[in-house]
Amino acid sequence: MTTESEHAAMTEDGDPSVAGTAGYEVISNAKLSADVHRLVIRAPRVAAVRQPGQFVIVRLGPGAERIPLTIADSDAEQGSIVVVIQAVGKSTSDLVRLAAGDRIDDVVGPLGRPSDLITSGTAVCVAGGVGAAVIYPIARRLAEIGTEVITVLGARTSESVLYAEEFASFAELVVCTDDGSAGRAGLVTDALREVLATRSVDVVYAAGPVPMMSAVAAVTKPLGIRTIVSLNPIMVDGTGMCGGCRVTVDGVMRFACVDGPEFEAHDVDFAELADRLGTYRESELTASTHVCRGSA
Amino acid sequence: MTDVARGEELTKRERLTIDRQEMPTRDPGERSGTFAEVNLGFTERLAMLEAQRCLACKRATCVEGCPVMVDIPTFVRQIEDGDFAAAAETLFRDNTLPAVTGRVCPQEHQCEAECVLGRKGAPVAIGHLERFIADWARGHVHEPPLTIEPTGRRIAVIGAGPGGLTAAGELARHGHDVTIYEALHTPGGVLTYGIPEFRLPNDIVQHEVGRLQALGVHIECNVVIGRTYTLDELRKGFDAVFVSVGAGLPVFLGIPGEGLKGVYSANEYLTRVNLMQAYAFPEADTPVLQGEHVVVIGGGNVAVDAVRTARRLGAQRASIVYRRSRPEMPARVEEIHHAEQEGVTFEFQVSPLAIEGNADRWVTGLRCIDTKLGEPDSSGRRAPIPIEGSERVIPCDTVVVAVGTRANPLLTSSSPDLALTNRGYLVADERGMTNLPGVFAGGDIVRGSATVILAMADGKRIAGTIDEYVRATSVEVTPR
Repeated sequence: MTTESEHAAMTEDGDPSVAGTAGYEVISNAKLSADVHRLVIRAPRVAAVRQPGQFVIVRLGPGAERIPLTIADSDAEQGSIVVVIQAVGKSTSDLVRLAAGDRIDDVVGPLGRPSDLITSGTAVCVAGGVGAAVIYPIARRLAEIGTEVITVLGARTSESVLYAEEFASFAELVVCTDDGSAGRAGLVTDALREVLATRSVDVVYAAGPVPMMSAVAAVTKPLGIRTIVSLNPIMVDGTGMCGGCRVTVDGVMRFACVDGPEFEAHDVDFAELADRLGTYRESELTASTHVCRGSA
Repeated sequence: MTDVARGEELTKRERLTIDRQEMPTRDPGERSGTFAEVNLGFTERLAMLEAQRCLACKRATCVEGCPVMVDIPTFVRQIEDGDFAAAAETLFRDNTLPAVTGRVCPQEHQCEAECVLGRKGAPVAIGHLERFIADWARGHVHEPPLTIEPTGRRIAVIGAGPGGLTAAGELARHGHDVTIYEALHTPGGVLTYGIPEFRLPNDIVQHEVGRLQALGVHIECNVVIGRTYTLDELRKGFDAVFVSVGAGLPVFLGIPGEGLKGVYSANEYLTRVNLMQAYAFPEADTPVLQGEHVVVIGGGNVAVDAVRTARRLGAQRASIVYRRSRPEMPARVEEIHHAEQEGVTFEFQVSPLAIEGNADRWVTGLRCIDTKLGEPDSSGRRAPIPIEGSERVIPCDTVVVAVGTRANPLLTSSSPDLALTNRGYLVADERGMTNLPGVFAGGDIVRGSATVILAMADGKRIAGTIDEYVRATSVEVTPR
């Protein structure tokens, strides 16, 4: 039998049919670097249950793409989630232009399986670029449940280092930049090698550009250190229906949206993933340069 | 063709002189450039003339051929009499989505297969008549709001596809408070993401959805049961749950090259074009590869939808590659016919071995082998046997794999107590109830990949058992 409170819990949301206004409200939009923004979005249903490693798919409005975005953080009380978006194409550029009070038509989630988190020992969390927003919820939860966390954070320049303060508040932090403008100059894999040479590490989590994740896997594989990567293939529905996000893991076809997005790095076919991410490179150029009919 | 005057009752002999009326269609040359609907629908005159062909058999075998048992002789007679409003009332009584089924049902295997006229000539065009009335009703009938007494029972439906929508409509008519949870941003399920606009325009689906909402059905999009809410949460919040999530997960062939760029599942290809409107790219933001030579592997309706979509996206050559021969194709006869008119080519008795690509990992061809047909297999269809030495490569830049779907584990894996078959489908008893009390299931998640009308038939039938179940088990609503 149904109680009134249960009824309310099942239908309450930033959902249009209940709130009377369409879509999911943008609570704030902060610019983190030249092309990276942090959006706080009201999505209570997602905020209530999401776990580290999971993502949402957002669709700005009619005609817009469905874009998968990792949930970087959430506030169940406020009913909000945090996503970090790098403007790399038309759809992501449209999203980072949103202002507080604007609405996103669709936010669905949480999607994907939660991270497989170790509850003791030592974990190294390696992030490149916006991968910092993917690694952040994992690292923070690891620290909360008693795992020792060492974070290696890579970026092109000091300006594009993300979440450094947040990581530093609970973890040992090594920052690497390509030009040495922050932390040490060099690649995250160099820093990772040094950590692994001096510390006993149980698992490595990595998120970032495919070449970086592939390089991290290459470092840890000969050492036999378990490594988990969060993959970012092209996706449409995010519920297993389209198969666009298929990746080859240990020779087997897996769907990142329902089987992942995290997989054992040593089994992932990174070359195939990188290649498939280039499927729409030409289309992306068309979309970015396309001027809509009717606009000036 | 005899144009029989109305007003006096026709004799059987007169009825038998009337030819089956052809569905007016858009010109094939014009079609390949547009996603506009191919079938244009009967005019009132054509519909009334076609309806005159019905012999009003005492034992209406056509009704027995209909999964939702539409009272066909009655609505056809009402069309003959020109009383379209009455025909609409008859139709809607048995069928929640006639504008959909009139377009996508395989009538040749159902009602029309049972029509006595079909024994010697062409059966009554029941599907076309159904579509005519549903379309007429859209412009003319404004259903009065339901006056039925609310029961106070709350029922959750998971998935806004044909099964879920039908069940929701039936349950609402029983006075229950129904909420449909839909994972995508738009209701309709396969009617929206799968079946192309040229066969089933999206605005027709959305109109039907609107009718359900007018009945009081709530639809919440962007909710994935198994992720956003669990099945257990729904069981606590509702008196009964109907699981109609479809099958969903695309099957690939397991041949080399399926990771190449230019390889799609039919689900992805059709979803990009239908749900995400990639045909309008870059006006719409979602792209789709517009191959010049597109090969679609499979012989069902989904394969034919994909290959006709490819033609409309501009493919110079769009081919079906099918392991068996034409008579074994499960696709609707009308769609195969339309595909041929649109310049689709067919490669029968060909089995794919590998997808080949270039150095940049783009598709360049489909390596395959010719087959001959052996003895009938477990499905009753003749099994293809490879002919040695007949290997060849069909050049193409896009491959669409349309060989079926399997059960999506998203919901079931988050409900470990739910009984499944060894292939991951839900087990339901004759009432449609799973092993969990109050949790019912129907459509593809129970049947495996089937058809829109069978999912609707499940939705209709199981809505009846859900109604009995909630009336028998839950407490009476307290008066307000």
